Amino acid sequence: MSAEVVLQTEPVGRRGEHLYFALRNPKVAGGLAVVLALLLLGLIGPFFLSDSPNEYVGPKSEAPSGAHWFGTTYFGQDVFTQFVHGLRSSYLVGTLGGGIAFVIGLAVGFTAGYRGGLVDEVLNMVTNVVLVLPALAVLIVISSYLEVRGVVAQAVIIGVFSWPWVARAVRAQTFTLANRDYVDLARLTGKRSWRIIVHEIMPNMASYLLMSMILLFGGAILFAAMLDFIGLGPANAVSLGTMMQQSMAWSSLHLGMWWWFVPPGLAITLIVGALYITNVGLDEVFNPKLREM
Amino acid sequence: MGRYFRRKLLIYGLTFVIAVSINFAVPRLMPGDPVARMLTRNSVANIESSEAMRAYFNQLFGLDVPLWQQYLNYWAALFRGDLGVSVFAFPSPVASVVADALPYTLALLLPSILLSWFAGNALGAMAARNKLLDNGALPIGYVLTAVPYMWLAILLAWVGGIILGWFPVAGGYSFALTPAFTWTFIVDLLHHWVLPFLSLFVVALGGWAIGMRNLVIYELESDYSNYLQALGAPNRLVRRYAFRNAVLPQITGLALQLGVVVGGALVTEVVFAYPGLGSLLLEAVNSQDFFLLQGILLFIVIGVLVFNFLADIVYVLVDPRTRLGLEGGQS
Repeated sequence: MSAEVVLQTEPVGRRGEHLYFALRNPKVAGGLAVVLALLLLGLIGPFFLSDSPNEYVGPKSEAPSGAHWFGTTYFGQDVFTQFVHGLRSSYLVGTLGGGIAFVIGLAVGFTAGYRGGLVDEVLNMVTNVVLVLPALAVLIVISSYLEVRGVVAQAVIIGVFSWPWVARAVRAQTFTLANRDYVDLARLTGKRSWRIIVHEIMPNMASYLLMSMILLFGGAILFAAMLDFIGLGPANAVSLGTMMQQSMAWSSLHLGMWWWFVPPGLAITLIVGALYITNVGLDEVFNPKLREM
Repeated sequence: MGRYFRRKLLIYGLTFVIAVSINFAVPRLMPGDPVARMLTRNSVANIESSEAMRAYFNQLFGLDVPLWQQYLNYWAALFRGDLGVSVFAFPSPVASVVADALPYTLALLLPSILLSWFAGNALGAMAARNKLLDNGALPIGYVLTAVPYMWLAILLAWVGGIILGWFPVAGGYSFALTPAFTWTFIVDLLHHWVLPFLSLFVVALGGWAIGMRNLVIYELESDYSNYLQALGAPNRLVRRYAFRNAVLPQITGLALQLGVVVGGALVTEVVFAYPGLGSLLLEAVNSQDFFLLQGILLFIVIGVLVFNFLADIVYVLVDPRTRLGLEGGQS
């Protein structure tokens, strides 16, 4: 009983330490603040604004004003309403697409690295093949055939094609960890393989996994924006990518309607850039050598 | 070394087969009937003529034979260079439509990829362990890698094309000119090329600079660097060794990054209505021209694979360890 308590306090203490350094790291704090602020805007905003972002509410092509914070589109839709709804779908695609890629990458990487042998050969081959496949071109072809395009379907196909680099890195790390003494010991006790992976191997690369999750999240958002921009976005929803596509399609450039195309791209840049900077900060948190305090 | 290349070639060959198979499978496995959709698009109301057209399309797609035979036929047609007929540019064959657009895309991609790689590496190597430059370059680099390609393209078009009016914002050359090998045309071509090139160049630059900075710092912390420093070697020499070692992963990175850059070029071309594969792709998507769509995918895949292979060769030339069959360079 008492031994268990002692065992449990250790990781909690370390986690507490990481949290302590994370919140005091300006990069992590600043990056997370930006990401969370935009997330909150996307989550709460739609409750105060119209439910239908494509509604024609105001005068056409109006510059930003008190009534329409980000101005109106060529058709008189409120850009701010679209923006807030677009944020929502961007976060959804990032979470879902990044999550799917993360799960596939983890499963493939752990299996290949832990099993080794023929399984590893095959999985490694598959990983390398998906890695060289130009993802966006494949995604464009697949989504152009989709009958009904929605945010979820888009996230799924993005996830299915963006996992390989995670799998590769996880596999490499698992290789080195799988032969450690404590893993051998766990194997001797007759633990099942997946339990060994989850309890013995995974905690030792938790920091790396957290960081790759963040990168996958940002990558999925960028991918989705590019697909939307080609015109393969969700048919039933507004996204930041479709906003840019619409603004280009109705020559906002020549009409000088900067308020139509600047906010959506700026939001994506802010979200993804903040995530990258958070990642650098996290690197410093997990790797004491890099800490500047 | 032979093993290294055999392995690489196997992966590339497999990738090609899988890409072709995706091309083959997607229209057939996806829910919905592409033929029916093409018919609705052409809004054929008359039942009799609709039946005739359905039969025609079925035969055109080769859908009237068993699936395995369709697959073999697909490969056979591929090796004959027959990618089908474009619907959007009817009746030109897909291969020639794509071949017309290809030079524009290559003219954008090759210089932007290579120049951003060289410039980014140089910048990153300079920024490493240089407090002043690092503090400026690092945040800018991260922001640049986070920028969606099309947004930077739109901003450049807006600032450089509309506000300043220095560059044209659409097309590969002026509509008044016909393609010819004259000075006016070439200057016009370059004039249209600047903005799309710049936008691709700038987005990729940040990523290379950050990667190089981190790698050089890592190398400068390694034992050989410390040893050299302890021997009293000049700083320049130590950094040069660090740089040469750090370039190796960047070559691999160049190959891995290629798919992303190609994707970026596609959307950048869409913004500038640049007559390359990207604009063609948009046309194909808008007019549901599936043959063209698949032809473009195939060309992109082949291009990416060839470039990957070139990167492998360069890697072997640069890193003597792969030549000697020692560690390093494992796939």
